[in-house]
Amino acid sequence: MNMKHKTLFLAISSLILLGLESGGYTAAQTSNNVAIAKSDTARTIAPYFTQATTKKMTPDAKGFIQRWLLLDPINKPNRGNTVFTDSYLRTNFSTEYFPNQFTVVPKNGDKVKVGEQELTWHALESSLYNVKLFRFAYGLRKQIYGVIFWAVTVVNSPQEMKNVRMAVGSNSASMWWLNGKEAVLLSGDRRMVVDDCLSPCLTLNKGKNIIRGVVINGPGMSDFCVRFLDDKGQPIKNLTITYE
Amino acid sequence: MNTEVYLRVCKSDMRVPYDNLKTIIYRMKFKNKILGAAALLSALLSGTTNAQVGKPFIHDPSSVIESDGKYYTFGTGSGGLVSDDGWVWNSGGVRPGGGVAPDVIKIGDRYYVSYARGARKQHASDVLVMWTKTLDPKSPDFGYKDETLVASSNGDDDCEAIDPAFLLDPTDGRLWLSYGTYFGFIRLVELDPKTGKRVEGNKAINIAIDCEATAMIYRDGWYYLLGTHGTCCDGANSTYNIVVGRSKKVTGPYMDNMGRSMMEGGGKLVVAAYGRVNGPGHFGRTVVADGVEKMSCHYEADLDQGGRSVLGILPLLWKNGWPVAGENFKEGTYEIESERRGYALELVVDFVRMSGGMRGFGRNTDEPVKPVASQELADVIKTWPEGKINVRIGDYMFRPHQKWTITAAPNAGGYLGAPYYKIVIAGTDRALAATAEGEVVTVPAFTGAPEQLWRIDQLTDGTYRIMPKIVPNSKEQLVLVSSGDSTPTLAPFDMNSDNSKWNFRAH
Repeated sequence: MNMKHKTLFLAISSLILLGLESGGYTAAQTSNNVAIAKSDTARTIAPYFTQATTKKMTPDAKGFIQRWLLLDPINKPNRGNTVFTDSYLRTNFSTEYFPNQFTVVPKNGDKVKVGEQELTWHALESSLYNVKLFRFAYGLRKQIYGVIFWAVTVVNSPQEMKNVRMAVGSNSASMWWLNGKEAVLLSGDRRMVVDDCLSPCLTLNKGKNIIRGVVINGPGMSDFCVRFLDDKGQPIKNLTITYE
Repeated sequence: MNTEVYLRVCKSDMRVPYDNLKTIIYRMKFKNKILGAAALLSALLSGTTNAQVGKPFIHDPSSVIESDGKYYTFGTGSGGLVSDDGWVWNSGGVRPGGGVAPDVIKIGDRYYVSYARGARKQHASDVLVMWTKTLDPKSPDFGYKDETLVASSNGDDDCEAIDPAFLLDPTDGRLWLSYGTYFGFIRLVELDPKTGKRVEGNKAINIAIDCEATAMIYRDGWYYLLGTHGTCCDGANSTYNIVVGRSKKVTGPYMDNMGRSMMEGGGKLVVAAYGRVNGPGHFGRTVVADGVEKMSCHYEADLDQGGRSVLGILPLLWKNGWPVAGENFKEGTYEIESERRGYALELVVDFVRMSGGMRGFGRNTDEPVKPVASQELADVIKTWPEGKINVRIGDYMFRPHQKWTITAAPNAGGYLGAPYYKIVIAGTDRALAATAEGEVVTVPAFTGAPEQLWRIDQLTDGTYRIMPKIVPNSKEQLVLVSSGDSTPTLAPFDMNSDNSKWNFRAH
């Protein structure tokens, strides 16, 4: 990054901070199959997330997993997203930011230390098919740009399921693991698109399966969506989702 | 080159409020003016010209529109481009208000122009509409009036109100405006086509995510929503590309070819990088005639023009009900094949037999195989008349009288999206020309006369229309047609007839 870019980045950062003075959201509502836009001004995660409960939860009608443990964003400055090459991601996603990051299934409220940051895990349920990480960070008044998000959830399968694929869309790049094994990497400056990248054929174990993901983003919106597809490409919905 | 003015780094939702940082406002300011005639000529003659010529430097262009015999498009910042012929573009459009990414539409005797202006804080923006009776700033009728706010975002909304685009619904005359960027939803509002103002009580509708620079068009019972995906404003590394979804209702849902909603990030590719241009974005559609459509865009970088952001105009094709960018004609040597019969345009000259007659049956198959040389121009040209030679259509035999070299005619201007071409028999200067009798012949030498200049438009079905610039002593616009399987002539264009269509085949 040359001096011009440094200066520019500082200017942008200042303006971003100015932009955080107050908050709000707009949620979509469905009326007669038309998504009426609704504008609000409260800065909260409420329209996008609710606190996760222990109630039985299955994927939504299209198989998307909406119950997740999300860690406050880790500071990871990036001026742009085109740096998210495969090798960059593998290096930075294999970096240990907090202890047991590839094995832990945290509890709601657990805290970890990443450098000077003390970060909290939040057990949440997305009210949308996708998990809007920008709104998560914005609503909690956390850093919104130049960040890494970690996400964990537990999927319970009634029986062993072979030849399933994990289908992920993310903004921006991300990497996902199933039961500790890499499932899929989404590299580059991506927008979140349903079924953007699919894993190779995987097996869901009978009982618990741990899904872990990490999403990195420089400037701009950030979100992800995850579902499993069967060998016919149809969404798998006979799962239950917990966070412990 | 003052590239640091690009604040729209990598993702457009990093746009900075203009009033906070006026000196580096999100717009292009080119200090570098090194692009010279040599570079342009090189681009013209290379056969790979992808963008327009002149000084077609623009970012976030509006749809291309005609006014008082000229073409206009407006971009981010206060200016725009103007062209007399649709091929050579220079600055000259005038649009007050600054801001970003305008669009323009003509309704009745008014040109409505919409643009977005930053407001208050990041992601807070206003979409405004104003109108003028002409886009020609020298006309006494020129002057924008009644600027009105039609949409806005407050900075907290899950939407940023920029990048407006009009749709006048041809089925009922209602006027719609889409807007938004990667920062949340793309939204749709309804305007009053008589005033350009927001319809009272109208509520915005979410119609897509993951897009910016949307545009909407209607065709054959479908509403199409086009959006730009990918990375903006990173020059040769920008990955901007244009995608589309469609709906039977203007309000959506807009689905892609896989049945995936644009609210889920869906979209079928219309155009991405090709040749030496990358980052096409900000789609606009121009219907030239039945079967002749163009799409406008900017390329984030044209490597032949210093990597600058430039205006691009391409044929717009329709395949299985989906729009897709065609290809601007590439210079080269071709068979000109009729869509009617599949025969090839050729000179009316004697067929000259070549060596390589059929071997007799029962010959020794162990004899060595030797290639047979193709018939060359030098083998036959002395048998051709020296003056005018008529043309006909015959079965293609890759003979010299059937091979046509097509190149941009120097200093001949052009039409919307492309230059005029000269069409000569390969290896000669013998040129195809229209006659005052409404026929087509070849003349011994290309002189640059307008009846020797040809307009080549790729049609919406992928075939081509071939049209002389003029027909001598006629005001009719005629095109090259097959009047019979073997007989070409000039006649009015008919998109519903294969007589009017041609293909260029490189062998």
